[in-house]
Amino acid sequence: MILESFRLALQAILRNLLRSFLTVLGIVIGVAAVIAMVTIGQGSSDQVTASVESLGSNVLVLRPGRAMMGPGVSDSAPEFRLADAEALAGLPVVAAAAPVSSTSLTVVYGNSNATTTITGTDTAYLDINSWDVTRGRSFTSAEERAGSAVCLVGETVRQKLFGATDPTGEMIRLKGVACEVVGLLAAKGASSFGMDQDDTVIVPIRMLQRRVTGSTDVANIRVSVAPGVTTDRAIRDIQTLMRERRHVAVGEEDDFSVTDMKEISSMLSGINNVLTGLLSSVAAVSLLVGGIGIMNIMLVSVTERTREIGIRLAVGAETGQVLSQFLIEAMVLSLIGGAIGIALGLLIAFVGAQVMAIPFAPSLGVVALAFVFSALVGVVFGYFPARSAARLDPIEALRHQ
Amino acid sequence: MPPPLIEFRGVSRSYGEGEARVMALDTVDLTIEAGEFVAIMGPSGSGKSTAMNIIGCLDRPTAGHYLFQGADVSNLSRDQRALLRRHYLGFVFQGFNLLARTSALENVELPLIYKGMARTERIAWAEAALEKVGLSGRAGHDPSQLSGGQQQRVAIARALAGDPMVILADEPTGNLDTRRSHEIMELLAQLNRDDGITIVMVTHEEDMATYASRRIDFVDGRIVSDTGARAMEGAA
Repeated sequence: MILESFRLALQAILRNLLRSFLTVLGIVIGVAAVIAMVTIGQGSSDQVTASVESLGSNVLVLRPGRAMMGPGVSDSAPEFRLADAEALAGLPVVAAAAPVSSTSLTVVYGNSNATTTITGTDTAYLDINSWDVTRGRSFTSAEERAGSAVCLVGETVRQKLFGATDPTGEMIRLKGVACEVVGLLAAKGASSFGMDQDDTVIVPIRMLQRRVTGSTDVANIRVSVAPGVTTDRAIRDIQTLMRERRHVAVGEEDDFSVTDMKEISSMLSGINNVLTGLLSSVAAVSLLVGGIGIMNIMLVSVTERTREIGIRLAVGAETGQVLSQFLIEAMVLSLIGGAIGIALGLLIAFVGAQVMAIPFAPSLGVVALAFVFSALVGVVFGYFPARSAARLDPIEALRHQ
Repeated sequence: MPPPLIEFRGVSRSYGEGEARVMALDTVDLTIEAGEFVAIMGPSGSGKSTAMNIIGCLDRPTAGHYLFQGADVSNLSRDQRALLRRHYLGFVFQGFNLLARTSALENVELPLIYKGMARTERIAWAEAALEKVGLSGRAGHDPSQLSGGQQQRVAIARALAGDPMVILADEPTGNLDTRRSHEIMELLAQLNRDDGITIVMVTHEEDMATYASRRIDFVDGRIVSDTGARAMEGAA
């Protein structure tokens, strides 16, 4: 009997396809929005988690200037020097320290060129970031010391400049400096900040300082904490050393900052969760509006179908049967809407994930929830129209034109 | 001697309150035996439709008693009356009242759905009913594809499908031309004669009333003439 009711409801829905479509449109949009938001949110959360994990051991970043200052805000704190990185590397709590400076430049190879980030650093940088060279080799210590014109290219740069050809051994020009590509970096994808990490060329920092920027400044120093050492302890030791090196008087604030990358990442995923929650609740409101849409159309449908209800009552339909007919119809409608919405939402999330270069992370739980919720919307918002249908007076209903 | 099929004992039906109170039916006594073909006539506002609605259990008397097969049904609940309609009564209306965009077969199936009949059995019954009204070739047609006469036949098939004791026809020929009207009346007369189905018909056309074995005239909520059992004996 239940199966029969669903079959009849489906029949009634198909009988007026356009009206049915318009009825479920709200639910479709609502469910699609919720599914897309949650799936994309989950994907970017996963991305943040993955990038935290890709940092490998605990990574700290030192920047000159006080903490809580945005980039570009100078408080005249002295820049780091290469010797600072060397001194940090000598600390027992530090596994590796890499000086980092970067600039944006147009790189030329043959007829093609690309504007990218030139990162000056050393091989410790690759270890700290667990970044592999997939083809060719990394820098030698001789090249690093000498500031030789050698470079490693990221996957994005390789695609832009070299296309299908093997970049190793080729010469590229950075601001008039001919530079030999000695290695190709493994593809790393977007960072948790949404930046394409593969859009870079890495050169020995001395090469960058001498031949490109002409400055001995080191913008920041990346440090990986030695195994078995707590991050807090490492930060304390680093602060002591740097205060000494930078002659910060006792009682004065640090004129540099040490940032724990994991902290930033967890903060980012926190923001991400809040945003996902916010967008999802907006989407949920649209689901509610969709439900009201169903109620609206079902009410119109009851008026429009007054005569039909009259006929059904005349041939012996009980109040409860008319009620359940309309209720099941509303439920089937919203379930169909829910199913279409889920499919559409997943499609949007899939395309979105491709565009934003984040993993596509559909969650069965959310899909199930959306499905149950849309059925619930059908029951809740279908009840009122169904009740008004069931309570019609058969004589009046039959007379209705 | 079994109790009469339909019996009104002082049935009244009034609308409104106080000064505005209108008596649509005024203490009517009426007895219809099983197997009769009754035509109810009268000008509009005479109470004939009200009587019909009460017989059809679509409405309840405000006073008096309505006995169906000897059982007092005047105070049944809405759903109990629905069950009564489902199992004993069939309706034919002036405006056909078929479901739009629904095939003739599905229309005829409608009462059977509420009887809880399984689909295959339902289709068999509905097809048999359509055959009885001479429309077996039109089962898949929508009402919009059928002529008025054919639509009324589908409506009669629907009334028949539920295997009723009584068919209540409210101006069944009101929307039809003369030729179709006579065809429909022939069909109703045949159902009454061959299947023993009691037929109660409201009409204002004298021609149509002649098919009935008994004629009851209403004026101002009262029965003013009733040809009674004599005509019935004549028919038998």
